[in-house]
Amino acid sequence: MTKINSLADLQEKAEKLQAAKTKTMNEKVIVRVSLATCSIASGGKELMAAMKEECAAQGIANVVFKQVGCQTYCYAEPTVEITLPGREPVTFGYVKGDKAKELVQKYIKSGELVEGVISTNYERVVF
Amino acid sequence: MATQLRIATRNSGFIDPESVESYIAVGGYQALGKCLSKMKPADVIELMKNSGLRGRGGAGFPTGVKWGFAAKYESDIKHVVCNADEGDPGAFMDRAVLEGDPHSVLEAMAIGAYAIGGNKGTIYIRAEYPLAIARLKMAIEQAKEMGVLGDNIMGTDFCFDLELKYGAGAFVCGEETALINSMEGNRGEPYTKPPFPAEAGYWNKPTIVNNVETLANIPAIIMKGADWFNKIGTETSKGTKVFCICGKIANVGLIEVPMGTTLKEVIYDIGGGIPGGKEFKAVQTGGPSGGALTYKDLDAPIDYENLVARQSMMGSGGMIVMDEEDCMVSVAKFFLDFTMDETCGKCTPCRIGSKRIYELLDKITIGQGTEEDLEKLRSLSVNIKDTALCGLGQTMPNPVLSTMRVFEDEYRAHVIDKKCPAGVCAELLEYTVVDQKCVGCTLCAKVCPVNCISGKPKEVHVIDQAACIKCGACLDKCKFDAIIKQ
Repeated sequence: MTKINSLADLQEKAEKLQAAKTKTMNEKVIVRVSLATCSIASGGKELMAAMKEECAAQGIANVVFKQVGCQTYCYAEPTVEITLPGREPVTFGYVKGDKAKELVQKYIKSGELVEGVISTNYERVVF
Repeated sequence: MATQLRIATRNSGFIDPESVESYIAVGGYQALGKCLSKMKPADVIELMKNSGLRGRGGAGFPTGVKWGFAAKYESDIKHVVCNADEGDPGAFMDRAVLEGDPHSVLEAMAIGAYAIGGNKGTIYIRAEYPLAIARLKMAIEQAKEMGVLGDNIMGTDFCFDLELKYGAGAFVCGEETALINSMEGNRGEPYTKPPFPAEAGYWNKPTIVNNVETLANIPAIIMKGADWFNKIGTETSKGTKVFCICGKIANVGLIEVPMGTTLKEVIYDIGGGIPGGKEFKAVQTGGPSGGALTYKDLDAPIDYENLVARQSMMGSGGMIVMDEEDCMVSVAKFFLDFTMDETCGKCTPCRIGSKRIYELLDKITIGQGTEEDLEKLRSLSVNIKDTALCGLGQTMPNPVLSTMRVFEDEYRAHVIDKKCPAGVCAELLEYTVVDQKCVGCTLCAKVCPVNCISGKPKEVHVIDQAACIKCGACLDKCKFDAIIKQ
C-alpha cells in the first residue's frame, strides 16, 4: 500500500479508485451480499457461496462478488443487491435455498426479475 | 410516503467494510484531510456547533459544545473515546455502523482529536460484538498503513493513534463516567459530575466521549457543511436519527429518517404496519429508559424535545412496537427485570429500588396486587427518579410511570378484576371450553400435562380450573376453536 502524504494524494487516489469502480460497473455484474452478524446468522455466507458456485456452473465469468455490511432489511434476510451493467441496482430478500441459484439463472443471466424484490425508499448522502 | 435519508448509515451495505480502498473510493478520509489542511481546530469546533449535531447516545448533548469544553483545557494528552457499548434491548444501530462502515468512525474520532488538540483514541466496545471488533482492528491497521491514521497523518504534524478496549456488556457502561471507570480497569460504576470528563476524564485527562452514530455523522457534516446539516430535521433536533424497529411490526429493520418524521410514518409507511391484522397498541422508544407512546402520539414529529414532552425519550433509538396482545404491566416488568440485572449497585435507590419495583409488578401480574400497591409503585418510582446517582437509575422507573399513566385501566384490571385484558399474565387467565364448539375429540384431554380435562368421547369436555396450570397446551391442540383463554 502506498502511503498517502497529503490531501491531494488522497483525492488522486479516490479519483483513481472511482474510475476503476465505474469501469467495473459498466462491464461487470456487481453482487453485494450483506454480511453483518445478523445477515451471516441467517445464511448470507451460504447465499454467497451458492451464487458463486452457480455462476461457475453456468460459465458466467463477469460477476464481481463483494461483501458489505448491514443492508437494513432484517425482516428479509439474507439479502443481496445485484447491479447489472448499465442498470439500477436491485435488492432481493429472502434468498434462501434454491433462490440463490435462481437469481443467477434468471436475473444475472437474462435480467429476468424473480420474486423477493425489496422496494427501497431512501436518499443517501454522497460526496 | 415517508422517505429515509441515510447520513450515518450512508455506506453500510454499499462498501466493503474490510477494505480501506472501498471507503476511500466513496470520499473517505477527505473530511479529515480537509480539517488538517484547510481548517484550524477552532474552525472545526465552530462548524460542529453550527451544524447543531447532538449526541445520539440518548441524552442529546450538543457535540460541538462538548468538543469546545475539552479544547479549552491545557494538557499533554487528551482522549477521544468512542462509546460502542450498545446495550439497549432492541437496539443494534451501532453494531450495524461498526460492521458496515468502520472507517467512518475512525475518521470522525481523528477529526474530534484534531479539534480538541488530542492525540489518543479508544473505542470502548462490548465483547459481544466479535465481528465489529474484527473489522475495526482490520480498519485501524489498514488506515495506519495508508497513512490516514497514526503518526504524521497525511504528511502533517498531526498524530492520532487508537486502541480498542472491551467491555463485558454492562448497560451502565454506556454512561460516560461508568465507561471511563471501566476503561481504567475499575468496576463500571458511575461517579458524580463535576468534574466533567471534558476537564478530567480518562486517567484524569480531558476526554470526550461520543457515541458511534454521532461519530458516523461527522465526516458527512465536514464535507457538506453545517448549513446543509441543520436544514435537515426540526428546530431543536438537527439531522437524522437511526432507529431499530422491532417487535410487532411487519418490516423489522434498521431505518434512518430526518428528525421530525412522525411515529405514524415510521411504523406504517416504513415499517409496514402491524402484522396479522392486529391493532397497534403502543411503541416503546428509548429502551428501558424511555416510555410507551400510544395512538395519541402517532402524529407527533419525533425529536428529542417532543419525545420528552410525551414522557418518553429518544434514547439510542430502539423502537419496540406492541400490539393488542401485549400486556403493558408485563412490558414494564420486562424492562425492570433488565434494569434490575444491570444496576451497578452503587447507589441505594437504584439497587434496592429496582428490586422493589420489580417485586410490586410481579405481584400485580400474578393477581396478588392491591390498589395500595399501585400507589406505592407510583411514589417509589418518583422517588427513585429524584434520588438515583446516574442516568440509569434516574430513568429506570420511566417504563412503569409511562405505562401507569397511559394504561391505568390495564393496571386496575389486574389488581381489581384480577384479569389481564391482553391475555398474557398466565396466573390471571382462565381456559374454558365453549360447549357449542366442543365435539368431544378428546385431543385436549390427551395433551393436558396435569390431566385436569375430563369428558367422554363425543361429549363436551370440562377443564378443572383449580387444577389447571394455564400452560395453554389444550388451546394449541384444539382444532375446533372450542377452547378460549380470557
